[in-house]
Amino acid sequence: MPTFDYAPAPESRSVVTIAPTYGFFIDGAFTRPKATFATLNPADESVLAEVSQAGPKDVDKAVAAARRAFEGEWGRLSGAERGKYLFRIARILQERAREFAVLETLDNGKPIKETRDFDVPTAAAHFFYHAGWADKLEYAGLSAPGATARPHGVVAQVIPWNFPLLMLAWKIAPALATGNTVVLKPAESTPLSALLFAEVCQQADLPAGVVNIVTGDGRTGQALVEHPDVDKIAFTGSTEVGKIIARSIAGTAKKATLELGGKAANVVFDDAPIDQAVEGIVGGIFFNQGQVCCAGSRLLVQENVHDEVVAKLKRRLQTLRVGDPMDKNTDLGAINSREQLDRITTLVDAGVAEGAERWSPACTLPTKGFWYPPTLLTGVAQTHRVATEEIFGPVLSVLTFRTPQEAVAKANNTAYGLSAGVWTEKGSRILWMADQLRAGVVWANTFNRFDPTSPFGGYKESGYGREGGRHGLEAYVTTTPATPTGATR
Amino acid sequence: MTVSTTTRSAAELTAQARDVLGVSRLTNRALTSWLHGLPGVDQVGCEGRVAGLGTRSIKTTSKAWAIDTAIAMIDLTTLEGSDTPGKVRSLCAKALVPDPLDPTTPRPAAICVYGDMVATAKAALGDSGIHVAAVATAFPSGRASMAVKLADTRDAVKAGADEIDMVIDRGAFLSGDYLTVFNQIAEVKQACGDAHLKVIMETGELVTYDNVRRASYLSMLAGGDFIKTSTGKIQPAATLPVTLIMLEAVRDWRELTGVQVGVKPAGGIRTTKDAIKYLVMVSEIAGEDWLTPEWFRFGASGLLNDLLLQRQKLATGAYSGADYVTID
Amino acid sequence: MSRLDVRKTYKLYIGGKFPRSESGRSYAVQSASGEFLANASMGSRKDVRDAVVAARAAFGGWAAATPYNRGQVLYRVAEVLEGRRAQFIDEVAAGEGLTARAAAGVVDAAVDRVVWYAGWTDKIAQVLGNLNPVAGPYFNVSAPEPTGVVGVLAPQASSLLGLVSVVAPVIASGNTAVVVSSAARPLPAVTLGEVLATSDVPGGVVNIVTAQTAEVATWLAAHRDVNAIDLTGVAGAEGVDWAGLEAEAAGNLKRVLRPQVAGGVPVEPDWTAAPGLERIRAFVETKTVWHPKGL
Repeated sequence: MPTFDYAPAPESRSVVTIAPTYGFFIDGAFTRPKATFATLNPADESVLAEVSQAGPKDVDKAVAAARRAFEGEWGRLSGAERGKYLFRIARILQERAREFAVLETLDNGKPIKETRDFDVPTAAAHFFYHAGWADKLEYAGLSAPGATARPHGVVAQVIPWNFPLLMLAWKIAPALATGNTVVLKPAESTPLSALLFAEVCQQADLPAGVVNIVTGDGRTGQALVEHPDVDKIAFTGSTEVGKIIARSIAGTAKKATLELGGKAANVVFDDAPIDQAVEGIVGGIFFNQGQVCCAGSRLLVQENVHDEVVAKLKRRLQTLRVGDPMDKNTDLGAINSREQLDRITTLVDAGVAEGAERWSPACTLPTKGFWYPPTLLTGVAQTHRVATEEIFGPVLSVLTFRTPQEAVAKANNTAYGLSAGVWTEKGSRILWMADQLRAGVVWANTFNRFDPTSPFGGYKESGYGREGGRHGLEAYVTTTPATPTGATR
Repeated sequence: MTVSTTTRSAAELTAQARDVLGVSRLTNRALTSWLHGLPGVDQVGCEGRVAGLGTRSIKTTSKAWAIDTAIAMIDLTTLEGSDTPGKVRSLCAKALVPDPLDPTTPRPAAICVYGDMVATAKAALGDSGIHVAAVATAFPSGRASMAVKLADTRDAVKAGADEIDMVIDRGAFLSGDYLTVFNQIAEVKQACGDAHLKVIMETGELVTYDNVRRASYLSMLAGGDFIKTSTGKIQPAATLPVTLIMLEAVRDWRELTGVQVGVKPAGGIRTTKDAIKYLVMVSEIAGEDWLTPEWFRFGASGLLNDLLLQRQKLATGAYSGADYVTID
Repeated sequence: MSRLDVRKTYKLYIGGKFPRSESGRSYAVQSASGEFLANASMGSRKDVRDAVVAARAAFGGWAAATPYNRGQVLYRVAEVLEGRRAQFIDEVAAGEGLTARAAAGVVDAAVDRVVWYAGWTDKIAQVLGNLNPVAGPYFNVSAPEPTGVVGVLAPQASSLLGLVSVVAPVIASGNTAVVVSSAARPLPAVTLGEVLATSDVPGGVVNIVTAQTAEVATWLAAHRDVNAIDLTGVAGAEGVDWAGLEAEAAGNLKRVLRPQVAGGVPVEPDWTAAPGLERIRAFVETKTVWHPKGL
């Protein structure tokens, strides 16, 4: 028993009301629940609610509602008025922040500290940022002189379970700012914050059909992205599904942005600010239980400081508090689903079988729910599965390098290219490394920073298109004429 | 765990420093290359870590433990030109009986005064076990000859001071004359005899976290038993990020040398909430070995009453007020 | 007595060299009116493979060249192209069935197009990049970088102006290109290769394979070391299923520049229109770099 044992500090779940069952949010109203399935609290496997599985007909209705809104009131609205709706939404998200934080933690399993301090405020910030763009798009440099950027029309958005509300904000805010209408499908295991967001749309008096939410599993997502009246697809999820989507829209006029997997290298040089680097490594892989596409899952540490860095990491990991996600002091919560937990377990076991050494701090995991301890794998080589496949869990693979060139070669030796980290106090080396790393986001002497103004997205098989910032708007407009002459993506 | 109050001569400290640095002669160049070879501190990352620790929510039993521990870690301080024996005696009385309404209230660790008030404080505290700490070495500026600084120290020790809070020569430090800073600390340590030496770095004048880290290592190398942030006369005084750097330094120093050194943030810590943030940091950065008055102190005066108010709140369940704590 | 012509052999352009197709095949190129013009190498999937290797090898250096340097090189291309004006006029006139006057207009436009892109190289990052005012003590900058190796199906009809209009924007930002020339009108492409080879363009930056589009396009679209593909040349290409190519390209998530489509079929763009930035934008990646600001 440590001298200073923090007593439980649970957040109250009474701030949020969860209905027993949910339908879809289509054309400004909730439908009657049908063909429901359970969404669980991954921390204890209790059923939070039953949500509905949308079939092709439901998707049809949602797309039709979005089309009507696009061709109706929403399409005629000025940018300034669109922006005001987004400002309203941002404000309501701030007002109801506690509700969203608690709901997200219950449905996702991530610590309340993260939903409260990151997911929800950042989601609100995305709406604020994009609200301001709505009437300023002609200043965004999206079209050639003389041409105008126009919305695509109906956008199909499919989002993952790791940041349910934040990914919704990343998707819906720019889509609405640019004048599109939306049909969004949240992940099967984390639908509740999107359904609460539907209430926010009602509270904001957003015209019916501008935002539609359909729930369901992969079949719903497939029906949505393959729907012929969808003009654009925005998907965040696995590279595997991203490829399927890219194939499915081949030869059509549908545009797509894909934000997919990653296997980021976090490169630590011997002159790094070591204590902050350790924090960055820990935040880079254990933030959100490592269920982050840009997680710094491969630590590339200069060989001469390997032992020191690993020792400091181990000491630091011993202070991580794993457990009840609703406790305000919890650093590491539950894994989102049994399926994901199984995947993590399988990959780590494969890593150990291939010769990696596994280490975890002593921690007592809850008996119910889906849990995995923070894990270090040392002695990992590039050829091991844990160094090439995305684990999407609290597992850090440690590799070494000798020279900057070797670090770059190893960092880039992946089919992914989403993010990378560099730690060194030498300014010119930071800039050289930043140039060499083939990744859409490079964090130097920091990691896992996000901001609505900062474009995010990958190189190579991490997908295409950017989200956030001026660049993120590009995906939601077209500069080609309205007549169907096809276009560039 | 007992405090290491071994008497060390300046020569012994220099010899030990040569060992640590792996040099045959302790020169300013050797010190410079050692101190400048320490890993840098990224300000934003450091402050981000502090902000993260600041979100810890300390409730019920752990809060009660933290309040009592914080009270016991206080160096109850008066360092004014207007200090009188009467003022010092009443401060001592407060230390002996922090809360007349609750005899279970722990006592602070020490009374901290100017050297000329040591005898008064010693007499007032008697055999209570509460230490008397004296600031010395031309506190707070440190701008005096070495002879004066040593005489200042010896006077305080002779008057019975259990602990000496010296200031480093910030001018020498900032001009890169680390050897002078080292020698002064080592000589003061020698002059302390059995008294416990706290080295005040005046971090508000060192400005950067890199400097704080270097000054911490230099102070530990030269024999400081404690490293202390501030005199309280310069703003900013103690801050959480500066204390984080110092806690990392003592933690890593023990790994390097086996010697444990204490940490004392001083100045500007006024609320229970702040004090608990410091304790969280001690716990998570240095570890629980430092969570005792022997290894962690708060240099403060007003903090005690806020801790007492919060203590009363926990005991009675009702928020307390200024009328229920004594001023001294 | 009239002098016997020294005829030109049209070969591939790969890695800065002019090899024949590894397949040993060639095909007769005819003029617009059906007369024999020359034999061209009939590139194979293995030639495409070799071209990709050359393009990958050249990528690091070309991407790292300063934009100023790339601009100088592209301008040099325009200079050398202009110097070969007569030859290009002949080839364009014969291949596209234009009058000498019309062909001269096309060649002039092609030279001007290269000059236009030469001037873009050191403005791309300024126009497509920016500093992002994040809510925190961080320096945050986004700038475009070349995507990598880009496969280009060059337009079938416009054998020179169309060709430079698709190649120049690809290499202006630092990509390297594997170009499948117009199948029926490959001669200006080979001559362009000769221009590039003598214009300080490093070997491998542009590789030109004269081939039957349908035969090699799938290999290019499916090649996992190709990062992007421009499908412009599917318009008018025989036996090419562009949806199939896009589906192949999904195998490694290539960036795909789709053909222009009118009435459900791909059409060749109007190459005389102002190009805009779209072709540059299609083959750059936005990289965002964060760094703390502190003491």
